[in-house]
Amino acid sequence: MSEPLLEVKDLHVEFPTRRGTLTAVDGISFSIAPGEVLGVVGESGAGKSLTGMAVIGLLEPPGRIADGEIRLEGRRIDTLPYEEMRRIRGRRIGAIFQDPLTSLNPLYTIGDQLVETILTHLEISPQQARSRALALLGEVGIPAAESRFDHYPHQFSGGMRQRVVIALAICAEPRLIVADEPTTALDVSIQAQIITLLKRLARDHGTAVLLITHDMGVIAETADRVAVMYAGRIVEIGPVREVIHAPRHPYSVGLMGSIPKIRERDASGAGKHGRPRLIQIEGSMPRLNAIPSGCAFHPRCPKRFEPCDRERPELFAAGANRTACWLYGERNR
Amino acid sequence: MANATDNRPLLRLSEVSKDFDVSRPWLNRMIEGAPQQLLRAVDGMSFELRRGETLALVGESGCGKSTVARLIVGLYAPTQGRIEFDGIDLALPGAAALRRRMQMIFQDPYASLNPRWRVMDIVAEPIRVLGLASSAAEIERRVAELLVQVGLAREDREKYPHEFSGGQRQRISIARALSGSPEFLVCDEPTSALDVSVQAQILNLMTTLQETLGLTYLFISHNLAVVSHVADRVGVMYLGRLAELSDADELFARPKHPYTRMLLDAIPDLQMSGKARTPVAGEVPNPLNPPSGCAFHPRCPHANERCRVERPAALPHGASLVTCHAVHEGRIQV
Repeated sequence: MSEPLLEVKDLHVEFPTRRGTLTAVDGISFSIAPGEVLGVVGESGAGKSLTGMAVIGLLEPPGRIADGEIRLEGRRIDTLPYEEMRRIRGRRIGAIFQDPLTSLNPLYTIGDQLVETILTHLEISPQQARSRALALLGEVGIPAAESRFDHYPHQFSGGMRQRVVIALAICAEPRLIVADEPTTALDVSIQAQIITLLKRLARDHGTAVLLITHDMGVIAETADRVAVMYAGRIVEIGPVREVIHAPRHPYSVGLMGSIPKIRERDASGAGKHGRPRLIQIEGSMPRLNAIPSGCAFHPRCPKRFEPCDRERPELFAAGANRTACWLYGERNR
Repeated sequence: MANATDNRPLLRLSEVSKDFDVSRPWLNRMIEGAPQQLLRAVDGMSFELRRGETLALVGESGCGKSTVARLIVGLYAPTQGRIEFDGIDLALPGAAALRRRMQMIFQDPYASLNPRWRVMDIVAEPIRVLGLASSAAEIERRVAELLVQVGLAREDREKYPHEFSGGQRQRISIARALSGSPEFLVCDEPTSALDVSVQAQILNLMTTLQETLGLTYLFISHNLAVVSHVADRVGVMYLGRLAELSDADELFARPKHPYTRMLLDAIPDLQMSGKARTPVAGEVPNPLNPPSGCAFHPRCPHANERCRVERPAALPHGASLVTCHAVHEGRIQV
């Protein structure tokens, strides 16, 4: 395969607090190839958004990258000075966040925002920038772009705003898009439209996408590979089909089982009594100041055994996936 | 009181509408001559709830599903129409006593619990207000019992809400809702703010409580997959009206209204069967200026002239109610 576009190695994100240092991202490594969509799933507090923020260099202090490295097209970007990183952001890395309203400036028309962003990153004339902005609005599916060019963000619906944000993110043809919960604030019918759009962009422009979401359905439809995060670590990573249909890590298994799926209905008869239950994982995600020893999932794990509470598992090969679970460790073979 | 053989509906809505006044301030209206502007959030809804069942209302944001929930528990008064609980019109004087028999669970467990109260006081409040216990010891015993019932520990009663995670807070909300011994719970997006694994815990808990206490649920949600898990019947709402009301099995196996089909099509496919999705076009129109005829016609692939002009009524189709000309004319195969 071609050179990875983004390479993250042993990334640690820490928050120093008065009561000691909290490790929110604890040594994760992954890479994304050009044109590939890597999904990162996990529940609140798993560290998936912080991973995305670390990649685009927007960690909020006191959060900081304590260890590890991030390389974009072979070049190290986590140590760059702020100004240099600012030029890379927008030009080589585009970002899409959950709430489109906070990503847009309410006081400027969307046309002005697009033209400004394009002129910042590309050396073209204002006229060319304008026609490029119009073309982009068309590409992300905003009908009658010409007439909406001078509208303000509040005049757009949620789905249309997210399209504008996507247009902003791709206007300088970045090599990588970091999309953090891009569809979470949207209704299902709009969600589907945005997913289709993201997928098409990755395919047509060879853009790599880091797609961060808690919604497994979105991952299933969009991602090529998926990483499951738990308590700041990747517990399983592999091709999307494998992770969804044959998850290996007990947490991934529980996570998949707890997602309500449409049907099974007819099979169960859906009688009043003995309604089917969802698979549930007991307990809840540990707090950052009380991450369990060994495998962080062991207190909730139905399959824990002798090494789990003492030794932290590395990512072991398990079929086409790699999973951080002692069930797949060498000693267990 | 209520028993399983009682065939009368527990709740009946007849042609219920709710308007909100969204006009500019009075002074502006006088100066600018702007007209009064009403937003019809709920438009002639009629349905019944049977005892012990779960009826789910689904729809996208702004379709009026939460307004229906609030009308039923009395947080809003209907502009038109009647809401009857156990055969008695809730608008009648004295009917407020009936509201003791219903409770509501809200979406956001961070906003719905008083942060300055201990769990003990939060859960005990309905017991005290409704005078359901005679002594402090009895209240305490009842609270402990409720906490255990929703999967918390009896020691948790001394804690404050901030000491709990989102899922545990929603358990506290449920304990509080149950403490007044209601028969009927209105649940407005009870799991939307929760992570999936926590959502599974709460949905399983609600199912268990329904089976042990014989509760009736009105379950409001935008998530069809969640609804398919909990509901006996499903009402699909679009712009303040019922597009379709069916048994859940029927709705998911054979959706009739084009909007229902569209919603089902839009759900991301976890099976990854690779089936082509019908692209969903358009968005929910502005409720201040709803389309003529059938409100769904601008997005509907089956719309014709009649749909553009004549508003469809909710008519029976098999065992379902469907508000669609094309279905009743047989233009759509169902």
